[in-house]
Amino acid sequence: MSNVRVLVGTRKGAFILSADGQRKDWTVEGPFFAGWEIYHIKGSPVDPARIYASQTSGWFGQILQRSDDGGKTWQQPGTPVGEEPGAWPPKSASNRFVYDQSAASGKPLTTHQWYDGTQHPWEFKRVWHLEPSLTKPETVYAGVEDAALFRSDDGGENWQEISGLRGHGTGPRWQPGAGGMCLHSILLDPSNLDRIYIAISAAGAFRTDDGGATWKPINKGLYSKYIPDPTAEVGHCVHHIAMHRSRPGVLFMQKHWDVMRSDDAGESWREVSGNLPTDFGFAIDVHAHEPETLYVVPIKSDSEHFPLDGKLTVYRSRSGGDEWEPLARGLPQKDCYVNVLRDAMAVDSLDECGVYFGTTGGQVYASPDAGETWAPIVRDLPAVLSVEVQTLP
Amino acid sequence: MIRVVLPYHLRNLAGVASEVQLEAAAPVTLRSVLDALEARYPMLRGAIRDYTTQQRRPFLRFFACEQDWSNESPDVELPEAVTAGREPLLIIGAIAGG
Repeated sequence: MSNVRVLVGTRKGAFILSADGQRKDWTVEGPFFAGWEIYHIKGSPVDPARIYASQTSGWFGQILQRSDDGGKTWQQPGTPVGEEPGAWPPKSASNRFVYDQSAASGKPLTTHQWYDGTQHPWEFKRVWHLEPSLTKPETVYAGVEDAALFRSDDGGENWQEISGLRGHGTGPRWQPGAGGMCLHSILLDPSNLDRIYIAISAAGAFRTDDGGATWKPINKGLYSKYIPDPTAEVGHCVHHIAMHRSRPGVLFMQKHWDVMRSDDAGESWREVSGNLPTDFGFAIDVHAHEPETLYVVPIKSDSEHFPLDGKLTVYRSRSGGDEWEPLARGLPQKDCYVNVLRDAMAVDSLDECGVYFGTTGGQVYASPDAGETWAPIVRDLPAVLSVEVQTLP
Repeated sequence: MIRVVLPYHLRNLAGVASEVQLEAAAPVTLRSVLDALEARYPMLRGAIRDYTTQQRRPFLRFFACEQDWSNESPDVELPEAVTAGREPLLIIGAIAGG
C-alpha cells in the first residue's frame, strides 16, 4: 500500500506528518529546526528521499537544509554536521544568494521600485519557495525575496541566479507587496523542460521558454483595480499559480482578488471566480487526476485575512472554474478566523486524490476523498507557512 | 586563545554546546575573530555577517568587557582581556519577536 508524507513548514520549525494510504492514522515528527521559520520544504519528484528546506530567521538570515533520507537527518549542503572543517574558504556556501550584476550576463540590474516610487537596491532576504527539478535530484530552483530566481545543480551547495528574469526589462517597475517582493511560485513544465513559469508579488507572472535565458511577462487579461493602470504589463499581486502536469499549458491563478485561468500558457487570462462568495485568497491547487478540478480557500478580503463569517470552507470547481461548490464537512463552521497562505495547500496522487492545507492557526487538515470530508491531522502547530505532499510507494 | 559565546540558534547550527575557543592572528579584531569563527564553523557564514556587504546582521550585537562593540570598526583591536582569553566576546541576538 502506498504512503503519504506531508511536509509542513511553520513559523517555528518543520514537521513531517506520515500515514498509510488510508490517511486516517498519522505520525507527527518534529519540530525540525525548532524556532526557525521554515518557509518551504519540498521533496524531489525523482528521488523522494531527497528533501530541501528553506530555514530563515530575522536574526540569522537564510539557511538551506537538505535531507537524503526522507527527513530523518538533515545537513546544510556542503557543510555536513560533524565534518571537520576544510581549508579557507569553505568548499561551498549553501546559503549564499548573490544577485548577478555582472556585465558578462548582459543585464546588470541593481534597483526596483520602492513603496514611495523611488528606486531601491535589490536586497536578499529569504527563500520563499524551493522547486526540485523534475528530472535531476541535484537540481533545485529557489524563489527568493527580493524577487529573483536561483538554481543549484549540486544539491543546494552553491546557487547561481537565473538573471535573465530580473534583467528582461520590467524589473525596475516591480515593487513589493505587503509581504515583501517575493518570488513565491515556480512551475516546471513536465513536457518541455525549457519552459518555467514563476510568479512574483507584486509584479505578476512570467515565463521562459528557453530554460531561463529570456523571460516575458504573462499578465494579459489580469485586472487589478488597486494599481494606477489596472491592466498594466506588470504590477499585479499574483498570490499563487497552479497547473496539472498532464496539461502544462493550462494555468490557474489566485490573484489578490480574482481567480483566473489561462489556456494558452499565460498569453491571456480570463476570470473564473464565478459564484465564489469572495474571490480574494492565497492558495489554489489542482486535483491530481482531474485537470479541470480546482481547489481554493476564499478569504474575506485584503483587509480581513480570515474566512467569510468565521466558516472555514474549501471551494471546488469541477469545470475548470466559474462554477464552484463549498466543501466544509469536518471544517470549523463558526468562530474560525485563520488564514491559509499561498503555499499551504497540496494534493497527493493516490487513486482517490487527497487534499491538504494548513492554517495560520496551526491546523493541518486532510481530505482523503478529494475534498468531500475533512479532518485535522494536527491542531496546534505554529502558524503554517507551507504544505507539500509526497506520495510514496 | 579567544573565547566566543554564541546565541542558542547559532550554537545549534555549529553543533557546539557552549562557548567556542579559537585562535586568531594578532592584532585581534572583530573581523579576525569572525573570520576565524567562520573558518572553523563554515555553517555560520552569512548568519552573523551579510555575505555581500560583510555588515553585521541588524538583530545581532557584539559585546565584550561590558562594552558594546557592535558599531565599532571591525578592524579596531579588541580589549586585552579578550585577546588573552580572560573575557569572552559575546554575540547576542536581539530580544524581540514572538
